[in-house]
Amino acid sequence: MNAETIARWQFGITTVYHFFFVPVTLALSIITAILQTLWVRSGDLKYLRLTKFYGKLFLINFAMGVVTGIVQEFQFGMNWSEYSRFVGDIFGAPLALEALLAFFLESTFIGMWIFGWDRLPKKVHLTSIWLAAIGTNLSAIFILAANAWMQNPVGAIYDAALNRAHMTDFGAVLLNPVSLVTFAHVITSAWMTVGGLMVAVSGWHLAKIGNAAKNPDAGAHRFATKFGAWVLLGAGLLVCITGDIQGKIMTEVQPMKMAAAEGLYTTEGGDGKCADFSILTIGSMDGKQAVTPIIKVPCMLSFLATGNFDGKVEGINDLTKAYESGTLITPTNELQKTSYATLKAKIAALKADPNSGWDWAPNIPTSYWTFRIMMGLGFLAMAIGAFTLWTLRKGGVPKDNGLWKTIFWVAPLAPLFGISFGWIFTEIGRQPWLVNGVLPTASGVSPGVSAAEVLITCIGYTLLYGVLAVVELGLFNKYVRLGLPAVTEPKVLTDADAPLTFAY
Amino acid sequence: MNLLATSPTALQIVWFILVCVLWIGYLVLEGFDYGVAMLIPFLGKTEKEKRVIVNTIGPVWDGNQVWLLTAGGATFAAFPGWYATLFSGLYLPLFLILVGLIIRGVSFEYRAKNPETKWRNTFDWMASIGSFIVALVFGVGFANFIIGLPVVTAPGNDSLYVLDGKPYFWQLFSPFALLGGIVLVVLFLFHGANYLALKTKGEVHDKARAFASKAGLVAIVGGAIYLLWFQLAYSAGLFGWVLLVLAALGLVASWWFGQQGRDGIAFIGTAAATAFVTVMIFVRMFPTMGFNSAKVKTALDVTVAASSESTLVLMTIAAVIFVPIVLGYTAWNYKVFSRRLGTVNMPDEKELTPA
Ligand code: HDD
Ligand code: HEM
Ligand code: HEM
Repeated sequence: MNAETIARWQFGITTVYHFFFVPVTLALSIITAILQTLWVRSGDLKYLRLTKFYGKLFLINFAMGVVTGIVQEFQFGMNWSEYSRFVGDIFGAPLALEALLAFFLESTFIGMWIFGWDRLPKKVHLTSIWLAAIGTNLSAIFILAANAWMQNPVGAIYDAALNRAHMTDFGAVLLNPVSLVTFAHVITSAWMTVGGLMVAVSGWHLAKIGNAAKNPDAGAHRFATKFGAWVLLGAGLLVCITGDIQGKIMTEVQPMKMAAAEGLYTTEGGDGKCADFSILTIGSMDGKQAVTPIIKVPCMLSFLATGNFDGKVEGINDLTKAYESGTLITPTNELQKTSYATLKAKIAALKADPNSGWDWAPNIPTSYWTFRIMMGLGFLAMAIGAFTLWTLRKGGVPKDNGLWKTIFWVAPLAPLFGISFGWIFTEIGRQPWLVNGVLPTASGVSPGVSAAEVLITCIGYTLLYGVLAVVELGLFNKYVRLGLPAVTEPKVLTDADAPLTFAY
Repeated sequence: MNLLATSPTALQIVWFILVCVLWIGYLVLEGFDYGVAMLIPFLGKTEKEKRVIVNTIGPVWDGNQVWLLTAGGATFAAFPGWYATLFSGLYLPLFLILVGLIIRGVSFEYRAKNPETKWRNTFDWMASIGSFIVALVFGVGFANFIIGLPVVTAPGNDSLYVLDGKPYFWQLFSPFALLGGIVLVVLFLFHGANYLALKTKGEVHDKARAFASKAGLVAIVGGAIYLLWFQLAYSAGLFGWVLLVLAALGLVASWWFGQQGRDGIAFIGTAAATAFVTVMIFVRMFPTMGFNSAKVKTALDVTVAASSESTLVLMTIAAVIFVPIVLGYTAWNYKVFSRRLGTVNMPDEKELTPA
């Protein structure tokens, strides 16, 4: 394996891992803030207990999000130095702004929130969790703008003298249509995950409690289970809507990705005909033989890609032919236009290198299946949300049986893995590009770093992450089982020698 | 050698200074929480003492760490050429730093979540060793920037600079560099002990004070050797001598006021010394950014590595607005948790049993 391949694996492993914790942080920070607001507003200790309970789970998760995030920040320069140099003029800014605007806010106010229960007046303390939650979500805006720019490199031109991209319009980078819709899709899918988590955690307690109405925890868990189920269902609908919009924008700026998602080799649709969407297929998808779709949704691909049931969807072979003959991937894109001459030289060099295996299309089976698994897991999770709401109506509770045990596992894990598969689809579907139509992935890797070095660190991260996963899951599980803590109304301490009500 | 390709623009200079400021923020702030974390297993004898130590940095360490992320992000945005060459060049040292940051980063949160002694000792050592690794490697790294990392251009790409040759890896550990690593560890121990003394009362305070007076002497002697070696062999110019004297004064004043029980001034002394040394290193690194360009046609320096003016303008506007805001709420955070902690303040812990 060469350094590039290992570097790609390393980026994939560490980023997917980082993104196990990120969705939980994004949504659970806000939900914790909402629960605390409910307590401050109503004075009902039920909400304070829920705040502390879900707040602890949030913090256990948050610690991992932070430490795995640091690795991400450094990786661009470590493994992708030519990429960093080439795009730094545009790509660096969102990263720097993310740290300056979002991470400071988030980390400072989380510190205040954790330790501030008996130092800050109630409302100020409440503000601190809101500011932390806002910081967390701000960070997503910036990092997703950076990623969206790689999918659709707007607001930039090529500077031939310095041989790199040059920013012309930062507003265009932030308001990149890919970025806006990605943000909506990512945030809503994060809410699905936490909705599922609440169904699982509070639902499990509710099932243990059963119909014992006098149990002091029953009311709180019933509230949280219902809340989670509604979030799961509602966010799920929004995820579908935003995903649908994303499909159309994606077809516009990365038509090859949509073709790969369907394994569509020849152009279909248009002129009164339409392209179907297959749900399952058998046969290899290398384009050499016809595949056999098992279930098809008529005209659905046309709709997903274009918004019309008879829209034309271009196929892999036709796109490849067009690119070979010099068509730009996004003909209106300034950076692609201005850098085309250098790109041609890069691609010629890659084609001459037998190890590079240049291909205008990404890996087709991976694109095809990850896209379907993403959607499938989402629908499954939404079904669980609906079923939970149905069960809870008129005072019903989940049963303490095998079916519900399975449901409790699936409810949070389905959206969580849906997100991983969605990202793998997005990023693999972007191949062979690091920056769509501008910089091939193979050209971005660090030339001075040896395969051995990348391999050592890749193994290092994987082992360390593996051990930490065990620790984190153990703690998470322990605190889930502990259940709602006993609470007393926090008071601001004035006596310097009094024991704190809360300390690490 | 090292002639500027063109002379730097005002904004390029501003951003070089701002990157220096971010490093000062990082080294001064996280410097003490590295020191404090290194000391947990050594100064905390009882469980409550350890908890006092952890709680002094609990509310602030994560915010302090963001200074490093911002320094990294700002380098990326303002000087992509610097970020690309440095981060890929120092690949394995950076990996060590990341490992250190990871193991210390989880330890404060996770030690608190389970009162079992074995569990806690593990995390205390992770915090201590992780902080030690990070301080040591950064110390070695900065010493190498002072020496100058030799660069060449990448094969087939004259715009991209890479560190020269892999045998160079072992040269990172020259005697001067190793001394740099040790001195930074000792400086952070001194700085951390001063912070701990300032933030605690009772037994923990007295132990921290006693430790600071020993660590202070080592830091003064080690720091003096290191800075003199720096000036004589690599020279940061006349201004370098001024900074050297100021840094030395900071350390000595810190030690002396510490002996008088003036915890606040002692802490300011080590903070100032850390800041002056950082400035001194950045003076030496201007305009070469710590690279030695003897083997290349166009030197890698602040003009070659910089982003376009439009990006620098954008970043400047953001910095002017947001750095003061960040400083404001950071200061407020320190104020909220300004009270000294002692073992009397530690609430008893209940066993964790399922409800
Ligand atoms: C719970 C998770 C989840 C669920 C149920 C869905 N998605 Fe999704 N999807 C994601 C989680 C996700 C994601 C992980 O968050 C991605 C990766 C990058 C992104 O923007 O969101 C993603 C990417 C992504 C992309 C790629 C965008 C690009 O590469 O430019 C498309 C076209 C869709 N989704 C479309 C859909 C549709 C039509 C869905 C259902 C009807 C759907 N997604 C459900
Ligand atoms: C957070 C969710 C993300 C996940 C789960 C994710 C996942 C992945 C995966 C699986 C790969 C490997 C693709 C391949 O080798 O074919 C990859 C590559 C990459 N991604 Fe992402 N990614 C995420 C977000 C981002 C963001 C936000 C950025 C930039 C800001 C980014 C930049 C890159 C880069 C530079 C590569 C390496 C080059 C490549 O292999 O394409 N990713 N990512
Ligand atoms: C879609 C992509 C991503 C999003 C939405 C995202 C969001 C977040 C969030 C919410 C956190 C807070 C901690 C937590 O997760 O629990 C975090 C931490 C972090 N992320 Fe990511 N992240 C993404 C991918 C990346 C990538 C590709 C990078 C690399 C630049 C990165 C860099 C960081 C850093 C440095 C931290 C630590 C912040 C701290 O110390 O508080 N993230 N990220």
